[in-house]
Amino acid sequence: MALDSKIPAGPLADKWTNYKNKVKLVNPANKRKLEIIVVGTGLAGASAAATLAELGYKVKSFCFQDSPRRAHSIAAQGGINAAKNYKNDGDSVYRLFYDTVKGGDFRSREANVHRLAEVSVNIIDQCVAQGVPFAREYGGLLDNRSFGGAQVSRTFYARGQTGQQLLLGAYQALERQIGLGNVKQYSRHEMLDLVVIDGKARGIIARDLVTGELERHFGHAVLLCTGGYGNVFFLSTNAMGSNVTAAWKAYKKGAYFANPCYTQIHPTCIPVSGDYQSKLTLMSESLRNDGRVWVPKTQADAQAIREGRKKPTDIAEGDRDYYLERKYPSFGNLAPRDISSRSAKEACDDGRGVGKTGLAVYLDFADAIKRLGRDVIEARYGNLFEMYHHITNEDPYEVPMRIYPAVHYTMGGIWVDYELMTSVPGLYALGEANFSDHGANRLGASALMQGLADGYFVIPYTIGSYLSGEIFTQAIPTDHPAFEEAEKNVRDRISTLLSINGKRSVDDFHKELGKIMWDHCGMARNAEGLTKARTMIRELRDEFWKDVKVTGTADSFNPDLEKAARVADFLELGELMVLDALNRNESCGGHFRTEYQTEDGEAQRNDEQYTYVAAWQFNGLDNDPTMHKEELIYENVQLAVRSYK
Amino acid sequence: MNFKLRIWRQADSKSNGKLVEYSISDVNPDMSFLEMMDVLNDRLVKEGQEPVAFDHDCREGICGMCSMYINGRAHGPMKLSTTCQLYMRNFEDGETITIEPFRSAAFPVIKDLSVDRTAFDRIIAAGGYVGVSTGQAQDANAIPIEKHHADMAMDAAACIGCGACVAACKNSSAMLFVSAKVSHLALLPQGQAERKTRVLNMVEQMDEEGFGSCTNTYACEAECPKGISVTNIARLNREYIKASFSGD
Repeated sequence: MALDSKIPAGPLADKWTNYKNKVKLVNPANKRKLEIIVVGTGLAGASAAATLAELGYKVKSFCFQDSPRRAHSIAAQGGINAAKNYKNDGDSVYRLFYDTVKGGDFRSREANVHRLAEVSVNIIDQCVAQGVPFAREYGGLLDNRSFGGAQVSRTFYARGQTGQQLLLGAYQALERQIGLGNVKQYSRHEMLDLVVIDGKARGIIARDLVTGELERHFGHAVLLCTGGYGNVFFLSTNAMGSNVTAAWKAYKKGAYFANPCYTQIHPTCIPVSGDYQSKLTLMSESLRNDGRVWVPKTQADAQAIREGRKKPTDIAEGDRDYYLERKYPSFGNLAPRDISSRSAKEACDDGRGVGKTGLAVYLDFADAIKRLGRDVIEARYGNLFEMYHHITNEDPYEVPMRIYPAVHYTMGGIWVDYELMTSVPGLYALGEANFSDHGANRLGASALMQGLADGYFVIPYTIGSYLSGEIFTQAIPTDHPAFEEAEKNVRDRISTLLSINGKRSVDDFHKELGKIMWDHCGMARNAEGLTKARTMIRELRDEFWKDVKVTGTADSFNPDLEKAARVADFLELGELMVLDALNRNESCGGHFRTEYQTEDGEAQRNDEQYTYVAAWQFNGLDNDPTMHKEELIYENVQLAVRSYK
Repeated sequence: MNFKLRIWRQADSKSNGKLVEYSISDVNPDMSFLEMMDVLNDRLVKEGQEPVAFDHDCREGICGMCSMYINGRAHGPMKLSTTCQLYMRNFEDGETITIEPFRSAAFPVIKDLSVDRTAFDRIIAAGGYVGVSTGQAQDANAIPIEKHHADMAMDAAACIGCGACVAACKNSSAMLFVSAKVSHLALLPQGQAERKTRVLNMVEQMDEEGFGSCTNTYACEAECPKGISVTNIARLNREYIKASFSGD
């Protein structure tokens, strides 16, 4: 199948308007007959489920958490971008579009990104109307702050809990529809397979996580709003339950997986403290508005700090290297995430890292506290400082924070066209689960924007294009052979997992996979390491299916089994990520191949050969997947070296 | 560090549960409480025993999924902290730690330390929202909101819906949870249109779910990981009375 991105014709700024003017509609009487399955209740899923139900569709919503309110969007801290230009500082839809395309290292689709920037303003309106308590100025109007990769202040925020407040807004809209009977909610349910009938997505197999029962659900369309796959690294800022399973099942049923190697490593996370560590905690990027990043200029000073002979405050101003300010003077500490992360790695690789492990750099607020006073800093970041203090037992008002990059977000995901439809008709992917808007690197405060854009303002229009052709399709009974077969496959996989009865725990395998991925497919990659990693992952996968130990039964609440099924899928995904990273012989955004860098260590793109989306088609585990290329055509933006200097 | 753990084990909602003792050694003080549980579970799996089921997800104190009752306190001994934000350095070496689920008739145990808190979702569905459908909004800055009110609304909106307030309350009252949402929306201009029906419907649903009444012990505020204040309960009572006695 050739990839058709279905980008509407016409000038960039008119594409979405023209599309909306012409897209087919479904009348209210027909909407009532059409059933939509929404998997995941984060920003994308909850906003989509609520909005589609408001429109009159029959919606079923699924999440593996005990409540839709707990999806991992809840943990986003810093903010949400929108081109409101309330600050009068020169922002516009075009600038948000341009910053996002540039931030993505010119590897995203122009038309999608422009649409995202256009609807960003509606998102803020919608959220405020729902009662989201955004930060305000004394005049009662909305406040903004700056985020990485932008020179304007366009980020709206609710203290350090913006994701929480936006998700609660969407969750409440969803609960309203549940209360009205327009949405049926299935919490503690996990999608374990996609059902495809005559080439179209027609339903899912879900496991009730409390009873273990497998359920069949029909839908005229299925929306995957299942988030990213950062947990393939074991350690990440993702929630413990975040997983790739739903997306991976879709991939194995024909949905192409695009740019899986694009992983975002976030520069400001609390460093790893020991091998028992289960997850990493992010310190919001907003901290870089006032915090200054540094390491000692000399290895000797760094070593003295590591050995506890010196304290950071002992290092004189002139002996500190504020490396982001030095290397990127026009953006300074607000350089984009990929660049900041790589710079931290470079400093540590150079033997100038701090903390006991030497894998940390300082984020220092001393200057800001001197300039603004402790009260102001506390009002801005109080909860983050508290969280840091809690975890590390160090007071960041007194000593600089120690930070290190950690896996945070995945730009890659299920391939979708302009309508957010995957390569399987009737199957859509929204939010982090799709690949579409962030190119090779996502800018801060843009994930919340994209999740809500897809759910509130894109899918309600684009889904009509498909469902208008489905109004004569009767609900397919779930005793259809395709449902039977999908359920049988799920059942067999579960019984296999439970029957292996080996010696190693699921976490053992997950940690080993994570280490392979971090070492060879993390912040810096090269062909040799990637080739080795591929073999290692295959061997580990074989061992998993021979030696994993999964306790409990299939027909009960069994978190060990849930985890095992997810890790089994990560063991397959890891290989695809490595393959994709091997294929892309260039450095761009979060994908840094050490073979391709400029003299001063910056990423070196190869626009001639790699200005495309790599969309992978599954051919069975024993065969290599087929790569389909979607050429990225830049009609409005000139491809340039991405400079923040 | 070494600990003796007494953990509530219960196969499912229908079975009887009991406290089972485990000992755990070589615990690093910088480990989080849940990482200590991970280490225990990893050992249990390797010994062929079923690991302890417990709810957890974000592990950074915001999703509200973790829910243990530790040494007689919801989310354990630290103030303003969820279970996932507890560290073993918060305990004494050699201590016996008793770990139970959140207990309330409205939160039935699913297994071991996991409980069913969907009652909270049903209370929100009864009225904990502003009835604005997508596309109906006006420009965001068309509604100026006094900063002080916006901040108070945010204080209430910070509730993570974990249910510690219910677990801590001798009556299993959900008043702190309900009042936080009622306050958040009553304090904002956006919440005015449904102000009366919201509070009446949410309280009605709360009673239907089997939560107890509030007798002002303030245990909820003391144990709330997000510091939600009982002044919200006072506001809820005022809102409820006003709504009950209003003419229209």
